[in-house]
Amino acid sequence: MTGSVTRRTLSYLGIAAVAAYCLAPFYWMAISAFRRPQDQFDNSPVPARWSWENFSAVFSGDNGFGRALLNSVIVAGCTTALTLIIGIFTAYALARLEFRFKNAVLGLIIATTMFPGISQLVPLLKLFTDIKWINTYQAMVLPSLGFALPLSVWLLTAFFRQLPFELEQAAMVDGCTRGQAFRKVIVPLAAPGVFTTAILTFIAAWNEFLIALSMVNKKEMQTATVAISKFTGVSGFDQPFGTQMAAGVIVTVPLLVVVLVFQRRIVAGLTAGGVK
Amino acid sequence: MINMTTYDDASAAAPAAADAPRRKRRDAQGTRQLAAVLLSPTLLVLGLVIGYPVLAGFRESLYARGQGLDADGFVVEGERFVGLDNYTAIFSGDRADAFWNAFWNTTFFTLTTVVLETLIGVTMALIMHQAFRGRALVRASILVPWAIPTAISGLLWRWIFQADGAANAVLRQEILWTADGFPAKMAVVIAEVWKTSPFIGLLVLAGLQMIPRDVYEAARVDGAGALQQFWRITLPLVKPALLVAVLFRMLDVLRMFDLPAVLIGVNQKSVETLTMIAWFEASNLRYGSAAAYATVLFLYIALIAYLFVKLLGADIIGEARQQTRRARRNHPVKGRRKGAEVAA
Amino acid sequence: MRRIPLTGATVACAALALSLSACGGDDDGGSKGTTAEGLQGRGPITFVTGKDRSGYLQKQIDNWNEDHPNEKARVIELPDEPNDQRQQMIQNATTKSDAYSVLNLDVVWTAEFAANRWLTQLPMVPSGGSGAATAKGAAIDLSTMLPATIATGQYRGKLYAVPSTSDAGMLYYRKDLLDKAGISAPPKTYAEMWSACDKVKKLPEGKDVDCFFTEVNKTESITISAVEAIGSAGGTIVDASGKPALNTPAAKQGLEFLVNARKDGRMPKAAVTLDTEGGRRYFQSGKLLFQRQWPYQYALADKGDGSSKVAGRFAVAPLPGPNGPGVANLGGHNLAISAFAKNKATSLDFIRYLTGEQSQRANLLATSQAPTVAALYDDPEMVKKFPYLPVLKSAIASAKPRPVVVKYGDVTAAIQGSVYDAVTGRTSVDQALSGLQSKLTPLTAQ
Repeated sequence: MTGSVTRRTLSYLGIAAVAAYCLAPFYWMAISAFRRPQDQFDNSPVPARWSWENFSAVFSGDNGFGRALLNSVIVAGCTTALTLIIGIFTAYALARLEFRFKNAVLGLIIATTMFPGISQLVPLLKLFTDIKWINTYQAMVLPSLGFALPLSVWLLTAFFRQLPFELEQAAMVDGCTRGQAFRKVIVPLAAPGVFTTAILTFIAAWNEFLIALSMVNKKEMQTATVAISKFTGVSGFDQPFGTQMAAGVIVTVPLLVVVLVFQRRIVAGLTAGGVK
Repeated sequence: MINMTTYDDASAAAPAAADAPRRKRRDAQGTRQLAAVLLSPTLLVLGLVIGYPVLAGFRESLYARGQGLDADGFVVEGERFVGLDNYTAIFSGDRADAFWNAFWNTTFFTLTTVVLETLIGVTMALIMHQAFRGRALVRASILVPWAIPTAISGLLWRWIFQADGAANAVLRQEILWTADGFPAKMAVVIAEVWKTSPFIGLLVLAGLQMIPRDVYEAARVDGAGALQQFWRITLPLVKPALLVAVLFRMLDVLRMFDLPAVLIGVNQKSVETLTMIAWFEASNLRYGSAAAYATVLFLYIALIAYLFVKLLGADIIGEARQQTRRARRNHPVKGRRKGAEVAA
Repeated sequence: MRRIPLTGATVACAALALSLSACGGDDDGGSKGTTAEGLQGRGPITFVTGKDRSGYLQKQIDNWNEDHPNEKARVIELPDEPNDQRQQMIQNATTKSDAYSVLNLDVVWTAEFAANRWLTQLPMVPSGGSGAATAKGAAIDLSTMLPATIATGQYRGKLYAVPSTSDAGMLYYRKDLLDKAGISAPPKTYAEMWSACDKVKKLPEGKDVDCFFTEVNKTESITISAVEAIGSAGGTIVDASGKPALNTPAAKQGLEFLVNARKDGRMPKAAVTLDTEGGRRYFQSGKLLFQRQWPYQYALADKGDGSSKVAGRFAVAPLPGPNGPGVANLGGHNLAISAFAKNKATSLDFIRYLTGEQSQRANLLATSQAPTVAALYDDPEMVKKFPYLPVLKSAIASAKPRPVVVKYGDVTAAIQGSVYDAVTGRTSVDQALSGLQSKLTPLTAQ
């Protein structure tokens, strides 16, 4: 029994270490956000005086931050949904079907992530200007989709391959079509992988800045990262550090809550149809 | 309706029933069509969003424009085909020094951060996988570094690394982290590793969660120790996910831009990466030169990715073939394989 | 059978994107009109600027829109970071988009934007022109503005941008400490500054106080410090004919001031990490005696809410130099019209409105940004509110611009690199200057 107690203790210690590693700088960020603007640059581990001032500054009238958050949710949400659907299909083909040029396709897909993002900006801007996509959601979703797909396809392919082939074949022998076998066997088993891919895609799209900045010049259409870049001090020189940190907390925490609430539900939901 | 089609060599060698080759052929054709349908949306999106700009950029890299002033002080209009001049310029004179400096910075950042991230990420995943309680909570909390927008975390670290900031307060040193110099490199590595180890941690954890429990039970019955279990079972099974994660991390770090730009600044020798040079060229209107840097960077990244897949990740791609072979072994139709063996 | 729930979400996404984008359509256009100068087009315009700092800009725009219901202006906000602002404006120009009408340009961008034909040349009243010309629809009258600021809107003798705000460095000093040390007037020369510092250091309250700070971190700031140091010594980085002039004794004397200030410990070693805001915190912590800083710091350092330890204990003076008063560098912003804009006649009126004395007075009161209209510096009401205005006016009057070159981005990067290496002791002053001279020669060649 002592072995189990030691293991348990070690496990808790490990968990604590991981949490501390990830959260210590975030703690500093949150604490900075809660300082009064005039104490902004204190180094004390706990603010001498707590204040909501930075948070209310984030939402102050002319920032349009609420609308920006909504836009971010729309853009990141659409990007994630589309990426998953397209990515799952493609990954299925790459993991489960036999055809020529498969490696070439995989290579081609990953090659698209080898160019610096900034070099894609100007041609896309010209294109979207020509087809009047400036100030639209699709002008932000489509590039984000392009940036997210390679990773998603490769990851999903790897996850699908990780599962034994025999399971799917057994289902097909039992009379399922290929599609049914995939949906009922592979997707549920790969649920942790699919969910993780979704989270990573969402975060990447949520944090996208350059495209969102360039494709939109209307305040009502700007995303949260763009809105944050426009925070400003009283003059051209003073940096609104506290407001930016508060905005960082505001864009990060809801993401975590959503992940916490949904991770069980989504994983459970996807797994429920399976034959585990 | 029988034997209307001719056999290919492999099927001809197959000793299977008379209509089996035809069914297989139709299957193969159906598979090809299905594959084409499933792949086309991805290829379409990538072609439009990346392919088109990349081709436009490559064309740009062979041209020069906007250089030189006319008598009235206006920039001379029009573009001029310069062949590979933009490329050779990268490797000559002062610019060669800047290029190689950025090249080594990029390589240094890639090596150090990817190694550290992999070690920390895998450790994180193993710890979380072992967790009895609170796994969901920790899994959410390790998302924090990854989820904070880079511009903001760069700012946060800039503040932490200030001369009178938290890092120096904790270390009781006065290190000038944010000045151009070696400490700036360290600052970038620390911030980058903090930000991205969760990426690897999360993916490895997902891979771990997909390993069926009975595999471990079987191993335990066989008397495998914890370490053996890790090397023999866990690692091989999560390897595909881990390798993909590491590969994409490498591709990302090789193109790193935001973090050093926000944390230390642009035009800083000690942290300037190849993407930052491309950015500097573009922002000073030398689009051709910027595109040339981007292309050179692409070639370097492609080389590294190729070597990585060849040396370490044979089974990222190869595993599918093995699995298919395994699957085929159980399949009634063995034509092509047998035929190949016969031919050998 | 369980469906993947995402299919529904995608349909919703597509529908949403289509329906919401419908309201993001083109709202430009409007009636065409002609002005005497040939700037054509009246109708809606956009004003492209970094985010407003006072909350006052929207009010100014609202007033304009009320008076011009058919020529409404809409603000397009750009990021706070100047580099990002420039980037967005250049992107707009490379795509020849008419989305941007009136641009809020940093003074150092004028040459580059004008030479690339991204700006509309503006009609200007010849110097000494009559006041009657300021009637609506006529040329821009610059006679009320500080002459130094007007030069920043010109390229090759032609007007491309109208000064809207200005800026120049001043010497902030701890008046309380100088008084205690028995020094009645702020220093006019470097020697006076160092001797004042030595006297203050002998005081019990002056023991831990550092002498001097000017920004030497490797950003645009170090270019500004170099322009000021070399200018104060009587030199210049790029001379009137557009050639680099770093092989002069004045340039050497100027750069040596920066290098020696750090080497001799007048300026702390950590100075290379401090940006403008870092400098402000440093001064506000009470550990700094003399500081070169922009006017914006005045109000913030004078705040009595506990954020500044020097509130009410400092004053400003013109920058010192080696042999007498030094030379400040000129900052600020100008308004220009994009070459690809549609309604240029309206844009010109709008610029005239925003740069007029009334708007500038309101802007000064709301944001404390330095105006370009000379009369405001002598207005007793303004001087009462902003005691530094007389000092600032003389600083701007004698201020020097940063190099006026088309390839400003390359030039400032080269200056930053060479000066930083000299200040941190990686190269000697002579090496840095000769290296910079040879780097700037091709960059400034015609």
